Amino acid sequence: MTDALPIVIVGAGPAGIRAAEQMVEAGIRPIVLDEGLRAGGQIYRRPMIDDGRSYRNRYGSEARKAEQLHAAFERLRPAIEYRPETLAWNVSGQERGGHLDMMTDGVHNQIAFSKLLLCTGATDRVLPFPGWTRPGVFTLGAAQTALKAQGCTVGDRLVFMGSGPLLYLVAWQYMKAGATVAAVLDTAPLRSKIHLVSLFARAPRIVALGLFYGAQLQLSGVKIRYGVRPETVIGADRVEGIRFQASGCTQELECDAIAYGFALRPETQLADLAGCRFRFEDRDRTWLPERDALGRTSRKDVYVSGDGSGIAGADAAEIDGQLAALAILNDVGKTVEGDRLRQLMAARARILRQREILENAFPFPRDWFETVPAETTLCRCEEISIGEIRRAVEAGNIGEINRMKALSRVGMGRCQGRMCSVAATEVLRSIRNVEPQETGRLRAQAPVKPIPLGFGGPLDREAGR
Amino acid sequence: MIQRISADVTIIGGGLVGSSAALAMRKAGLAVVLIDKGFCGAQASGVNYGGVRRQGRPPEQLPLSQRAHGIWPRLKALVGIDGEYVPSGHLKLARTEADFAKLEAYAEIAKPYGLDLELVGAAALKTRFPWLSAAGAGASLCPGDGHANPRLVSPAFARAAERAGVKVFEQTPVRDVRATGSGFAVLAGENVEIRSRQIVNSAGAWSDTFAAQFGESVPLTRIYPSMVVTEPLPVRLPVSMGEQGGSFYGRQVARGNYVMGGGRGAALADPDFSRPSVTAASSVMQRAIALFPHLANAQVIRFWSGTEAEMPDGNPVIGASQTTPGLFHAFGFCGAGFQIAPAVGEVLLELVATGQSTTPIDAFSIGRFSQVAAQTAVSL
Repeated sequence: MTDALPIVIVGAGPAGIRAAEQMVEAGIRPIVLDEGLRAGGQIYRRPMIDDGRSYRNRYGSEARKAEQLHAAFERLRPAIEYRPETLAWNVSGQERGGHLDMMTDGVHNQIAFSKLLLCTGATDRVLPFPGWTRPGVFTLGAAQTALKAQGCTVGDRLVFMGSGPLLYLVAWQYMKAGATVAAVLDTAPLRSKIHLVSLFARAPRIVALGLFYGAQLQLSGVKIRYGVRPETVIGADRVEGIRFQASGCTQELECDAIAYGFALRPETQLADLAGCRFRFEDRDRTWLPERDALGRTSRKDVYVSGDGSGIAGADAAEIDGQLAALAILNDVGKTVEGDRLRQLMAARARILRQREILENAFPFPRDWFETVPAETTLCRCEEISIGEIRRAVEAGNIGEINRMKALSRVGMGRCQGRMCSVAATEVLRSIRNVEPQETGRLRAQAPVKPIPLGFGGPLDREAGR
Repeated sequence: MIQRISADVTIIGGGLVGSSAALAMRKAGLAVVLIDKGFCGAQASGVNYGGVRRQGRPPEQLPLSQRAHGIWPRLKALVGIDGEYVPSGHLKLARTEADFAKLEAYAEIAKPYGLDLELVGAAALKTRFPWLSAAGAGASLCPGDGHANPRLVSPAFARAAERAGVKVFEQTPVRDVRATGSGFAVLAGENVEIRSRQIVNSAGAWSDTFAAQFGESVPLTRIYPSMVVTEPLPVRLPVSMGEQGGSFYGRQVARGNYVMGGGRGAALADPDFSRPSVTAASSVMQRAIALFPHLANAQVIRFWSGTEAEMPDGNPVIGASQTTPGLFHAFGFCGAGFQIAPAVGEVLLELVATGQSTTPIDAFSIGRFSQVAAQTAVSL
């Protein structure tokens, strides 16, 4: 490699680890930035300190993959520059001379890169409903993280609600962990599950696992309801139950925690700050950085991979990370084996086709905002209700999401729209009666997550502190 | 199908200047069309710091600034919202004796204009403003200055103008503008054709291209503020702050966020967009902690920038075109247009209606640059 600047990978989940592995094999020592304390990402998150639980116990059906990925990382570790607990919060510079602003344990640092690979993953996709901000309501991902990484449950008697493959998996994991699962409230209608039949031919393991979780839950007496719309969380100070609609009637359940979510949303802010072009992806109902099959973006020194470039799950991310690494290797003049590239591309394409079907089996609730009352808080950070947003939209004749942010404060708070922009887009779409892509894309601003004012910026470094 | 409109005045640029002019003109009975390439108040008018500040302006701006000072408290009646306007006072700090001497000299200059500046010495600074840590050589307080929310104020003027009957076209870039002899013809967006007797160029950082089309080239450059905002914190900062000779300014909004700026951002490949500079932001953050140590562990949640127009002498261009009767310019506010803009709107009404401004604006004539250009040509 002629360029002295390092290759930087942001994220040490399935995509980031497999990409680093590929680069190390080619004799490159990448820098790997990880917001977590230990590599593995969200899905294969490890506890801060080993608590003696087995992989089987911790990761269930995914134990083998988790173990393999962690082992791969430990093998790599001497051959890479690994920086855990590091938040990459800004990308600046144009094509040449790009650099990344980051913070490790409260200390700022800036790093120039020759190639930047963003494996930034995803977060839960959430939609508000009355009471969703009350203590005791968790996202599905957070509930799962509590089990995996902290070895604890978020409640004793839980309701799982929403859509997406995680819904049944996490409910089952909680049941296995000894919690009482009061119900699984699937927002998708039962008829949507017919799509799983066609998925069976392509991915029997996924369907079999899903059926297994569902069957075990039902055999244990867990109520499963389809076509659910929540009415409200019951309980003044914390969750004491949930009231919801299913099959045309209102029902109530007692519980002390609710875990919910609607699949995932990609983390794309760094790609945005890097100036990558975006396109609207109907399947994910969101804007994604434009990429080729290997992960090249519109900016020639920036690559994207894994769920952060489009939701496809952990298996796809492992493949995708390798593809992006091969693209980078090719682009810096290394020889890349064509057969291997084709195999990986075919494997990824297969998973993407499965993903289309899964999306139909766990559809996004497009009518959500016709069912949620106006006083419901949409933006937690700025404490703005759906009704307030509606008034701002109507008073300002707003049709565009950044304009909506400017006039209503939605997305201006600590999360910078990471949590609320999905719902905000749906509200605007619903009021304007347009397709979501017509409301535009919320522009990212640095820092992608809050940083302390006294973080010790570039001026400190120049002063030699 | 082409939409043909005729009006008395076409205003190019729906920032605070253009929008307030549109509102004033419409209220005076004129038929007005307001056009913006994006959204009204989304550029410099909407993304600036929000200082409603007279203190520190060059004296030639002070009559206009005083006129605007009379408008701000009437915002609610004028546009339907108060725009979070707070006449909190504006405190300008001096770090050194030399800087304090400059504040003293400025107070003397500003006296005839009625700013009521109050000089506060180093000792008094500690007792008057105990929340301030890094006290310097003194400060100058302008009690009637304050701050407001630019995101809300600027679009509110455009909406009020629209409610009053101004035809507002957003996301409608002007494709062609020309004098027709009896007035002007403007082609905008896909299919809008406007004819009007008079035209106002209030296109902010994009004004120079329109001025050039009428043979008036101006030395306009673009500047990009670099802003930092914290998470909401308990309200402690009662005034809007600035520094003599420094590049820190800051205020705390009702919601609790500290909004602070200083230094400059940089343009992106698409010059309509810019990014704050990490170096500038870092400098602002460190100065903030020096001034308010309680912020050391506060979180910054967002940077932002915008696009503003700067003129070499620090003053805007306001007044009649020197080449084209019926054309009026109002742009180039050098990052300090927010407070003064509502008065500029009123002046633009006077100009289109009578050809004269009741507030002195001679210093802002576009002619000052054509003279410079002519001199440069001669010396070459």
